[in-house]
Amino acid sequence: MSALPPYATTGQRAWYYSFRVICGLIFFFLIAPIVVIIPLSFNSQDFFTFTPEMLRLDPEGFSLKHYRDFFSNDSWQSAMWNSLKIAPMATIVSVTFGTLAAIGLSQPHVPFRRAIMAILISPMIVPLIISAAGMYFFYSRIGLQGTYIGVVLAHAALGIPFVIITVTATLVGFDRSLTRAAANMGADPVTTFFRIQMPLILPGVISGGLFAFITSFDEVVVVLFVGSAGQKTLPWQMFIGLREQISPTILAVATILVAISIMLLATVEMLRRRSERLRGMSPS
Amino acid sequence: MADASNNDAFVEFERVQKSYDGENLVVKDLNLIMPRGEFLTMLGPSGSGKTTCLMMLAGFETATHGDIRLGGTSINNIPPHKRGIGMVFQNYALFPHMTIAENLAFPLEVRKMGKSEREAKVKRALDMVEMGAFGGRRPSQLSGGQQQRIALARALVFEPELVLMDEPLGALDKQLREKMQFEITHLAHRLGITVVYVTHDQTEALTMSDRVAVFEDGRIQQLAPPDKLYEEPQNSFVAQFIGENNTLEGTVKEINNGVALVQLDDGELIDCKPVNVSKPGERTRVSIRPERVEYNKDRLSEGAHTLKAEVLEFIYMGDIFRTRLRVAGNDEFIIKTRNAPDQVRLQPGQQIEIGWLPEDCRALDA
Repeated sequence: MSALPPYATTGQRAWYYSFRVICGLIFFFLIAPIVVIIPLSFNSQDFFTFTPEMLRLDPEGFSLKHYRDFFSNDSWQSAMWNSLKIAPMATIVSVTFGTLAAIGLSQPHVPFRRAIMAILISPMIVPLIISAAGMYFFYSRIGLQGTYIGVVLAHAALGIPFVIITVTATLVGFDRSLTRAAANMGADPVTTFFRIQMPLILPGVISGGLFAFITSFDEVVVVLFVGSAGQKTLPWQMFIGLREQISPTILAVATILVAISIMLLATVEMLRRRSERLRGMSPS
Repeated sequence: MADASNNDAFVEFERVQKSYDGENLVVKDLNLIMPRGEFLTMLGPSGSGKTTCLMMLAGFETATHGDIRLGGTSINNIPPHKRGIGMVFQNYALFPHMTIAENLAFPLEVRKMGKSEREAKVKRALDMVEMGAFGGRRPSQLSGGQQQRIALARALVFEPELVLMDEPLGALDKQLREKMQFEITHLAHRLGITVVYVTHDQTEALTMSDRVAVFEDGRIQQLAPPDKLYEEPQNSFVAQFIGENNTLEGTVKEINNGVALVQLDDGELIDCKPVNVSKPGERTRVSIRPERVEYNKDRLSEGAHTLKAEVLEFIYMGDIFRTRLRVAGNDEFIIKTRNAPDQVRLQPGQQIEIGWLPEDCRALDA
């Protein structure tokens, strides 16, 4: 935003400063709940509040006991492993089908492409509880309820819209004459896809995959319906922990999840910028 | 024709039609036979069907009707990647995620060629377009003209017999375009390849081609070598489209011994060569090239019909003079004269008499 010009009226000056204040408040409102859990997770007491020792910055008031609990407690550990088994599989399924769907729907000759697109995107728009209840009844009928595959498929269905949207966005800038050129030089459609199209839409595929992964990793409603005790994921365990035990271990887990999310986002963004620079596009 | 594929035909279009929507024909009854080694240009305004023809030859569009043959075999049912035709795209279509050398190696790789042979061919192709030092760069690091050369090298590197070019010079500035026109024609003749070149730039078509096919309304209006096309247009569309042209409208009075007497709409009579008029009473458009108009009476033959003209504008263009006249009610009648020491410079307002040889004045369809 440009600096205040010398000819600004009093009203403009007032707006100039109040705009900054409003932005700051919105930012604070968004970020405070996430930031506040980080110091709280190092609490030496089993409380969800700042103790007087913590406020005095007394080392006595801080400890890693909640982190120790997370890494030694069996139910937390099995929840983490469940999440780590479900999320990557769901991501792979979402990326594969989402990318193919986006490419198919970008062909102008496909009939009803808008309607198909709307249906595929709908899990993002339909309230989660409705999707979850629907999946519960449907998956029970076909024997997927309470299975690992069931949860992976349910999470993939939630992740596919993200992949479709990001890949469709990269396909808008994709020059169709490149695939024609490849065909003209003797490459069959499969070679053309993997050697030409895929590398060029990879940034979109990666971003979509990241969103799909985080969706699955964060998801609690659908897994409560579709999963059984064998698929208890981290968010599910946190939900139980909050409701039944009120254990500050949740805060430690939350901090770890925030750290993982930030690292993932940063890594993927760096990869994306690198690949765009490699192909001579300016990173956007 | 029992056997349409005669021996010297390399590319053949036989009664080809194309419609995108099932109602309107974009290409109507196209017939074309190209011998091996020919440089043929498809020239026409946008929407005339020339690019569609090129795309059908490349395999990106399918013909609604008719047969397209390459070396005697029908290619209607062969997918683009099995046709083995080289192509230079309008926007070059270089792969942005590959280096120049990788771009050139791509067609060789998909043909499963060995690495050393591949590298040798890539190097030779790069040297051929004088881009040997650029193998390690990416397309975005090259200028438009350099990218154009790479696109050309990539279309030639796998040694196709037929190369298609879709307005390859459209994005270059004038000077570079003229330079590339010569380079492409020299290269094509040296390598002995057959080229189908699509453009809407008539200068390009005239300077580069062995033959030019003028497209309009989904048909070839005339297929002829550049000089024939310019000097002997077969109809008024070709006359108007190729080069600068003066048109006068009138009615055929009589046709005798290969000379048509035409009465212009203001009543004056002129002699013309009848091209596609056949009988007296027909309406006609008479076409004369600006450089074939003569106003020096000594150079006109005895008894030639002359017309009165008023000079409206004189434009000095360096090598030539361009004079705009009012002739038989037409205010846009242009004549061009060479800037020679003895040449008269006409003044606006001056009244002159103009004439021409009957064979330079062609009576075409109205």
